[in-house]
Amino acid sequence: MEQYDVAVIGGGVVGCAIARELTQYRLKVALLEKEADVCRGTSGKNSAVVHTGFNVKTGSLKARLNVAGARMFEGLCAELDVPFKRVGKLVTALTEAEVPELHKLKATGDANGVPSLEIVDGATVKKMEPNVGGVAALSVPTAAITSPFHLTIALAEVAVANGADVLLQAEVTAISGKEGSFRITTRRGAIGSKLVINSAGLYSDHVARLAGVRRYKVYPCRGEYFIIDSAKGGLIKHMVYPVPPKGGPGLGVHLTPTIDGNILIGPSAEYVRRKDDVATTRAVARKLLKEAQEILPAISPRDVIAAYAGIRAKTTPSSVGGFGEFIIEEVPECPGMLHLVGIESPGLTAAPAIALDVAQWVGRHLSLVPNGHFTSKRNGAVTFRDLPPEKQAELVAQDPDYGHIVCRCETVTRKELKAAIENPLGARSLNSIKYRARATMGRCQGGFCGPRVVDMLVNEYHVPLTEISLKGPSSSLFAGEVKDLTCTPQR
Amino acid sequence: MHTTEVDVAVIGGGPAGLAAVTSAKNAGAERVLLIERDERLGGILNQCIHDGFGTKVLGESITGPEYAQIYIDKLQEAKADFCLNTMVLDLTPEKVLTVCSAEGMRRIKAGAVVLAMGCRERTRGALGIPGPRPAGVYTAGVVQNYMNLRNIMVGRQVVILGSGDIGLIMARRLTLEGAKVECVAEILPYPSGLARNVVQCLEDFGIPLYLSTTVTRIHGTGRVKGVTLAQVGPKWGVKSGSQRFVECDTLMLSVGLIPENELSKKAGVALSPVTGGAIVDDWFQTSVPGIFSCGNVLHVHDVVDYVTLEAEAAGRSAARYAAAGSLPSSPIKVKPGQGVRYVLPYQISGEDAVEFSLRALAPEKDRHVVFRSNGQVIRKMRELMVAPAQMIRVKLRADRFPKEGEITVEVTE
Ligand SMILES: Cc1cc2nc3c(=O)[nH]c(=O)nc-3n(C[C@H](O)[C@H](O)[C@H](O)COP(=O)(O)OP(=O)(O)OC[C@H]3O[C@@H](n4cnc5c(N)ncnc54)[C@H](O)[C@@H]3O)c2cc1C
Ligand SMILES: Cc1cc2nc3c(=O)[nH]c(=O)nc-3n(C[C@H](O)[C@H](O)[C@H](O)COP(=O)(O)OP(=O)(O)OC[C@H]3O[C@@H](n4cnc5c(N)ncnc54)[C@H](O)[C@@H]3O)c2cc1C
Repeated sequence: MEQYDVAVIGGGVVGCAIARELTQYRLKVALLEKEADVCRGTSGKNSAVVHTGFNVKTGSLKARLNVAGARMFEGLCAELDVPFKRVGKLVTALTEAEVPELHKLKATGDANGVPSLEIVDGATVKKMEPNVGGVAALSVPTAAITSPFHLTIALAEVAVANGADVLLQAEVTAISGKEGSFRITTRRGAIGSKLVINSAGLYSDHVARLAGVRRYKVYPCRGEYFIIDSAKGGLIKHMVYPVPPKGGPGLGVHLTPTIDGNILIGPSAEYVRRKDDVATTRAVARKLLKEAQEILPAISPRDVIAAYAGIRAKTTPSSVGGFGEFIIEEVPECPGMLHLVGIESPGLTAAPAIALDVAQWVGRHLSLVPNGHFTSKRNGAVTFRDLPPEKQAELVAQDPDYGHIVCRCETVTRKELKAAIENPLGARSLNSIKYRARATMGRCQGGFCGPRVVDMLVNEYHVPLTEISLKGPSSSLFAGEVKDLTCTPQR
Repeated sequence: MHTTEVDVAVIGGGPAGLAAVTSAKNAGAERVLLIERDERLGGILNQCIHDGFGTKVLGESITGPEYAQIYIDKLQEAKADFCLNTMVLDLTPEKVLTVCSAEGMRRIKAGAVVLAMGCRERTRGALGIPGPRPAGVYTAGVVQNYMNLRNIMVGRQVVILGSGDIGLIMARRLTLEGAKVECVAEILPYPSGLARNVVQCLEDFGIPLYLSTTVTRIHGTGRVKGVTLAQVGPKWGVKSGSQRFVECDTLMLSVGLIPENELSKKAGVALSPVTGGAIVDDWFQTSVPGIFSCGNVLHVHDVVDYVTLEAEAAGRSAARYAAAGSLPSSPIKVKPGQGVRYVLPYQISGEDAVEFSLRALAPEKDRHVVFRSNGQVIRKMRELMVAPAQMIRVKLRADRFPKEGEITVEVTE
């Protein structure tokens, strides 16, 4: 049985940030993730906003970690070669009645130490965002956007580069033993570890229970989104938010430009029964579009290219609503194990700061000795389509694989696809490739490049046809070859 | 970056591009170039291994690849240049193309450009079908590509949403290869594919076609486990109590094609909100002088023969433009009237006879196609059956046209 100093359960942004942080020290770290890749949970299904913290309860742990995380973000993204764009945010009041709310938000933000907040009038809103209505707005110039997939993947890759083991398809099914000698059973076998960190997101209550800790309950609360064609991406420059609905479990339907030039519309907020119920629904779809059109009349149903949903890990049931506090604690029932529960928004933003706190906790149990050869720098993938034509021509001249464009909608080259397929985590499903290289993510949703990516996997990487999957073993894409009538239905 | 010059550049090597470049060359353009991003010419025809192509222009029914080969041969006879594995990344209103291939990136300055990029399929995202996102949701063209070009079976138990032609053809193909096609669900009260395909691909194989029916939910998290079908009433509202679960491992969508006009937009070409294609005159010239459009990128065709005819005309116009630097103006507007979804071209010069293409709004029996100008009927012809799936083609001689003003086209009793 492989022995580790620290086992981190959950390959979301929080778990990956923790794993990376810990590899700075002389510690043997394992990251255990149940899915076929990191970032398959909530970390891949959110608004991708680096929140500033102007609406979080002053003095709370959440406020401290949010503001600290936001401060670290730009530097971290630069180190990891992950996209980060300070586009700024406008919280718009559609009526005079909503204006006092803006002042309240500003006051909270000022108290939390959020810089450069300003209330602007309707004319200024029009100037900043000609397509958006509103009588006034809170301008939040430091708010930024990022790519949560690239960030989470990059964190995991840096952890691996510095010696951590990332085990995919390794769902934790049992935890026994005690501090210094935990035994963690996964679907890929058991490992031993001195300390355990439970960063299993929505399932952190379940993972706690595996270790005999019964005090947590996570209530799933779904947020559905639409993605708007990048051809309409120019309609807004900033994130545009409404005044948050009172007592509701979310921030209200907002418009968020993405790193890739699309616009996200959403999220809704609706408590659901199942934690994996990421289904999108017709009723919410209609409502989202209607609310978004109130803010930005120029969008139409024709511009929608895809929909998705993410689930908030709430510690407050629907009868209570609102926002709970982040829970980050070791409890008497199980010393040596740290639980991170209820890490809902702004968990993405706070992740780097959470990782620092967690490292401090580890330091209280094991000695933290810098390992001396930690490399935090990572060279991310080249994004061909974002380069000026002259630079593109140079790359093609250097390597013909750059001249071979496989995904036409997003202009992804063969070179970029190879890098995605050969990723350090060894994730090979179509979605893993998609999130790394953006192939199949554009307006044709893989109609053109899907078969070409499959060709590469089969012919160059010798992946058997029936092992090619969308997102892991239970999601195979093909039944087999034509005329091979031996196989049964896929279910 | 290196720049070369050509008289006529044609973007896309499907049947439209093949015919356009060959006719431009034959009409006297010296330096012509066909640019195709795939590794072979023929476009979508390469994966259409069923027959039914060529009945109008060749007088026989052959398969897609055979049809393509005939026009590839013609291109080679005419000694028209082409390049493969080459993608056009950018097009400016000044007709400068930026192209990319493994050999390098370069610019091409063209005297005239013909757009022939074809179309793409509408996807699940564009439809917004609710439910989780399992593996096993495919569009019909993608299934066709996997089966016919790569010998890959996508699933064994299939529900088809939408009764477009590709879906119908693939219902038969899947059945012949041993898959069980449970049914075809169509939200409209009539099939959206050609009548001959409904008979030959569904009825002949006992595959049920449910009209006024749609998929309201996809089930399964890993792989598709089934779908919920429901009947729709007026305005596509779901009839309560009509929902039922149908088990399947694959949902195949055949719900329409969208002209691939991203490059056209970059060049500033004006598009029609109805067809999604360029607004052209009888020269097939778009709103940008010297840029022409034909084939599926102009409007979605059900029969390839008309693509060829249209593209040959566009190629001739492009050659003429490249030589003369302009074409006669097109002052006469053409408007769709009652019962007509769209009519092409959108304006005409009146110089020559024009072959109009139009589609009816709804399927109906015993109708008349009526061309009117300044209150007068200039042409009236009877159609026993009209259907949106079936493009109507009408040729009018030049002496029928007014000098200016408008022509309206109606489909009436
Ligand atoms: C709709 C929505 C919008 C949001 N918008 C923003 C935003 O704009 N900005 C922001 O800062 N935050 C936002 N958030 C919050 C943010 O997404 C989360 O706080 C963050 O992603 C939580 O990360 P995580 O690592 O804790 O959880 P997750 O990403 O869910 O990771 C947990 C991982 O644990 C794995 N796991 C579970 N059980 C086991 C097991 N037994 N064994 C092994 N692995 C297991 C899961 O597969 C998963 O990969 C949003 C959240 C939602 C829902
Ligand atoms: C499944 C199916 C079944 C059909 N069945 C019949 C039938 O039975 N009988 C019949 O008569 N007709 C049939 N048709 C209709 C007919 O085949 C089509 O209308 C015709 O192929 C359209 O031709 P096109 O050249 O416009 O487009 P396409 O054939 O799609 O060709 C477009 C070409 O442009 C290339 N291209 C696009 N963008 C770029 C770029 N930026 N740079 C370089 N190259 C680019 C593409 O790779 C492609 O090769 C069928 C069509 C389909 C899809």
